[in-house]
Amino acid sequence: MKTAIEVEGLTKSFGEIIAVNHINFEVKKDEIFGFLGPNGAGKTTTIRMLTGVLKPDEGKAIIMGHDILKEPLKAKQIISVVPEMANAYRDLTAWQNLMLMGELYGVPKEESRERAKFLLKEFGLYERRNQLARGFSKGMKQKLILCAALLTEPQVLFLDEPTAGLDVESARLIRDMIRQYNREGTTIFFSTHNMEEANRLCDRIAIINHGKIAAIDTPEKLRMKSTELKSVEVSFNKPVPIKELAEIPNVTNLKKIGDKIRLYTDEPHSVINSLTDYARRKKLTIISLNTLAPTLEDVFIKLVKEHRGD
Amino acid sequence: MTRLMVNNFFEQLKRSVGVAKKDLRIYYKRGPVIIFGLIMPFFLFLSFFIGRNMPIERLFIGLLGMAIFFSSMSIGPAIIPFEASSRTLERLMSTPIAVWALFLGDVIASFLYGLLISIVPLIIGLVLGINIIQPLILSLGMVLAALCFSSFGILLSAYPPTDVPSTAMMISNLVKFPLVFISGVFIPISQMQDWGKIIASASFSPLTYFTDLVSYCTQETSYYSIPVDFIALIGFTLLFLTAAIKIHEKTLPKRLS
Repeated sequence: MKTAIEVEGLTKSFGEIIAVNHINFEVKKDEIFGFLGPNGAGKTTTIRMLTGVLKPDEGKAIIMGHDILKEPLKAKQIISVVPEMANAYRDLTAWQNLMLMGELYGVPKEESRERAKFLLKEFGLYERRNQLARGFSKGMKQKLILCAALLTEPQVLFLDEPTAGLDVESARLIRDMIRQYNREGTTIFFSTHNMEEANRLCDRIAIINHGKIAAIDTPEKLRMKSTELKSVEVSFNKPVPIKELAEIPNVTNLKKIGDKIRLYTDEPHSVINSLTDYARRKKLTIISLNTLAPTLEDVFIKLVKEHRGD
Repeated sequence: MTRLMVNNFFEQLKRSVGVAKKDLRIYYKRGPVIIFGLIMPFFLFLSFFIGRNMPIERLFIGLLGMAIFFSSMSIGPAIIPFEASSRTLERLMSTPIAVWALFLGDVIASFLYGLLISIVPLIIGLVLGINIIQPLILSLGMVLAALCFSSFGILLSAYPPTDVPSTAMMISNLVKFPLVFISGVFIPISQMQDWGKIIASASFSPLTYFTDLVSYCTQETSYYSIPVDFIALIGFTLLFLTAAIKIHEKTLPKRLS
């Protein structure tokens, strides 16, 4: 089986609002699949349908060959979830939280204990295993929830905004764990707002907006598709009137970023020539000159705007 | 095929036990559980019985009935709203536990809590010299009643799908208090002879059948026959449990939005 998740025409409405509108995609086995979208785009609703928490109005989702509607328990047995708004049981200790998860997945007690010990050590929580989770910081709670999700050795791991609101160190630890478990064979499906995170982690990305998939591809291909978002970034030894640079042929847009000016174009080489001519004419020295491919954030904003019809 | 189904059933049952353990660890000491499950019924009992010259057997029926009814129904209504408000419900719903097993776990927790608490008035009764004529029937009755009232508690938390525990507790109290007054806790059903309508409504209360059983076990007098009491308690348990699972199944996703 090469496909871990197959989604066909998945749809969910809440009253008159269509949260997810006939979406289709596939996630390959052993892949890290990123799900990007602005707030309210339908990311969490999609994850809730894929994990059997919400029933779709239409469509189907197959997880490792099991239809989440027809065989929910079989599908849920091989997945694990770190929901966006999840919390550990505050009145249970870290250890009790993990043991509970083992019991809910039918993991034999001895195995649960061994895995819990290993995971708590990996995430630096072992020393605090007998403390109630209510005394844990947000980062520690998130690590504990991730430990609970990994305790069951899932084939597919769903993470909804797993690093949101975490400090740099905790976020990095979680990203490293995602990479490590993916290398060991876990398929990862995760939603994030963090473009840099998606760019670094994901094999492929889907961008969802207003409940519809706007694009699916590798981060690199998504960037390359948006040729008009290529840019040239320049800085001179003296401030220059931005209006003059806007008149350079083939410049579609420009932005001042600190002491640099970014000129958007689909003809970078021609803009570079024009900039060197301009500098010579105005007796300016070029301090730095770089051509830039569009960032994933540029692509994301463009796709979201296009989808909105701006 | 049948073997696989039986295996799956027992596998799910084990998960119910996991849920029950979690519930007992978390919820027995919650404020609303202690207030609505122990303190309030205790004072209600005192306010009704103090100063009235009643035989001790009558007091015992009232105390045991109140204790098992309120304590078995105290944890149930609180669990799901607490899970929703403390944001643990979504994770629970994504685990491979069947909805029936999840709620059976909650019922088991409420049942054990109710049974444990009701041992206290039983001991008090024995210390005060109550003669339990039919100990086996009383024990069986207590087990069945605790199971029945626990299922009732879970049913009462099914609708409306609130994530505010005190709202769920308030709604459950709205149902519980009228039932106490018509179920032979304070006044034996046999003395309600002229109140035809009340007796008719009493037969719709599961508590009636338990107090009738306790009356039989301590005074050898009962309004209904013992098999009727048992069948009614079993029937109510099955009805409450099935209804609770069905309604919760429909309302669970609404608690997340």
